[in-house]
Amino acid sequence: MGRYIIRRLLNMLVVVLVVSIITFGLMHAIPGGPFSREKKLPEETIRVLNERYHLDDPLWKQYGNYVYAVFIPHITTTPPSNSLSDDFMINVNIGSVWIRWMNFGPSYKSRSRSVNDIFRDNLPISAQLGLLSLILAVLIGLPLGVLSALKQNTILDYLGMGVAIFGVSVPVIVLGPILVWIFGVALKWLPVSGWGSHPPFLLGFLPTNFGWQYIKYAIMPTVALGLGSSAVIARLTRASLLQTVREDYIRTARSKGLRESVIISRHALKNSLIPVITILGPLFATLVTGTFVTELIFGIPGMGKYFVTSITNRDYPVIMGTILLYAVFLVLANLLVDIAYAYLDPRIKYD
Amino acid sequence: MPDLLLDVQGLNTQFKTSDGVVHAVNGVSFNLREGKTLAIVGESGCGKSVTMLSLLSLIPSPPGQITAGKAIFYNRDLLKLSNEEIRSVRGAQIGIIFQDPMTSLNPVLTIGFQLAEPLILHLGMTKVQAKSRAAELLSMVGIPNPAERLNDYPHQFSGGMRQRVMIAMAISCTPQILIADEPTTALDVTIQAQIVDLVKRLRDKLGMAIIWISHDLGVVAGIAHRVIVMYAGLIVEEAGVNDLYANPQHPYTIGLLGSLPRVDEKEHQRLVSIEGLPPVLYAHPKSCPFAPRCKWAVERCWNENPVLEEIEAGHRVACWVDVNTGKER
Repeated sequence: MGRYIIRRLLNMLVVVLVVSIITFGLMHAIPGGPFSREKKLPEETIRVLNERYHLDDPLWKQYGNYVYAVFIPHITTTPPSNSLSDDFMINVNIGSVWIRWMNFGPSYKSRSRSVNDIFRDNLPISAQLGLLSLILAVLIGLPLGVLSALKQNTILDYLGMGVAIFGVSVPVIVLGPILVWIFGVALKWLPVSGWGSHPPFLLGFLPTNFGWQYIKYAIMPTVALGLGSSAVIARLTRASLLQTVREDYIRTARSKGLRESVIISRHALKNSLIPVITILGPLFATLVTGTFVTELIFGIPGMGKYFVTSITNRDYPVIMGTILLYAVFLVLANLLVDIAYAYLDPRIKYD
Repeated sequence: MPDLLLDVQGLNTQFKTSDGVVHAVNGVSFNLREGKTLAIVGESGCGKSVTMLSLLSLIPSPPGQITAGKAIFYNRDLLKLSNEEIRSVRGAQIGIIFQDPMTSLNPVLTIGFQLAEPLILHLGMTKVQAKSRAAELLSMVGIPNPAERLNDYPHQFSGGMRQRVMIAMAISCTPQILIADEPTTALDVTIQAQIVDLVKRLRDKLGMAIIWISHDLGVVAGIAHRVIVMYAGLIVEEAGVNDLYANPQHPYTIGLLGSLPRVDEKEHQRLVSIEGLPPVLYAHPKSCPFAPRCKWAVERCWNENPVLEEIEAGHRVACWVDVNTGKER
């Protein structure tokens, strides 16, 4: 298993490099540049800016510099400075030598921040919201799916699947404002916007003030974001469990005289979880790296907006950073899913 | 009859489908004596398995439904027991082995765990006791290194070994009846013989009665005391094993025996197949369900379904025609 994980992590490097090449190529293929404005900047300004960010260099050189800054660990004697273009994600001090790794560069748009600042300050907030939504989605979706399967074609099943269809078909952009209007504006129970925790974070991403002050901000966006996913999980769980209870080994379990609840929890559930786990991988990557609409509606300073605005702004380092981050999360999430498979099904073995 | 173990009377099982009601089992009656082996043979879809699953309330319901009959087992009617009560019979007093050992064991649980389940449930053993008993059971069914194999998963066993595990599971609580639902159909011929021998050995050792379901009269000849032949959800013939093979009285039984290769034959003859297909069991025809495939069929066969009659001691047959003379009885 250990060797398998190492092999997969090495594969991930290849994936990320390929993604970086494609992204780099595509973003430079879009017309316009980071300093194109409706009202044109003076020639001289653009020239200075391009020179400062090395945008006049040939593309292969720009890409080479990027790969060098991000992927190659730097060993220097100079300690980290406050300079935006010298902001490395990882700085390790060994004696007088510094090992420094992953400089994603400065943002062209937010002049006072580097891409690493965005990862440090905005990503944790998105990750908190994403994790909460994912937990909610599983907590609602799994029991709802099991219940619907066990009570197939009864009123409970129809009710459960009705809720699920509602969850799938009502997008956040509709559900969000409705929640805000009911619980924020009309009832005034919950704040209409904002997020309850701020940097610095515990372990880099956990809130330091977990309590009502935090939860009251989190409830509505978590529900708005998690409900759709819970519906997907519920429908998948139901379908998978219905498939499983028709298997021969479930009949064997019945023939042993086991209680129905034991048959479901011990013999059927584990077998029916594989499709559900499969979808949790990409879902995790999507939710945790930030969601544009939800964060916009609830005014959450997460990372979702950077996925969209960086492209319209031609903010090259931010485009590269966000896309690579998403790729890494996706690959890691799928690796976790594959490890979970081996735990769920002893027939699946790696090495 | 002091040694009567199970007495089934007039069992009817139906499946309600969108195409209509399927009459899978139609008034099946038979009994089973202690320590004896009863074989039920017939083509696929003739209702053999459904009969057995009905006895243990294991038919999927809906759509399945037992509409009539009783099955007396130790002064209780199995068909009238509550869910709770029938669960205490399943696996404890009546064990069952299924056809396909490749799919009948749970792939994500260890053999030891699956074997221990009924022991803990019915015999109240602790986990430790159940584990050592499970190892004993595995060695009883001829699995080498039983203690080590307890932690293995079903996919680490071959088909024949898995069927041995299934047998170990079915007999774990020393049931009075073991139902074997085509236990050798999915196995290699060489393995088939081993499994039959194993079940015979266990029967004699534990003194349990066996209901052996099969479509293979050859396998049945080696293990059964009595044989029931089923067709279209009906019993068409019942006799002692020697009597049935020497003196088959129902055209369908004759057809089944004719389609079997024999080693004692002088000259090599073509195997005979029964022409046509078994009927679809939606409507209940008035006629004998076998009439369309029967070369002895007379007028009466088309108008009246024959009833099961005892033609000699211990030999029942449902046919209007005496196949020896070709005339109506």
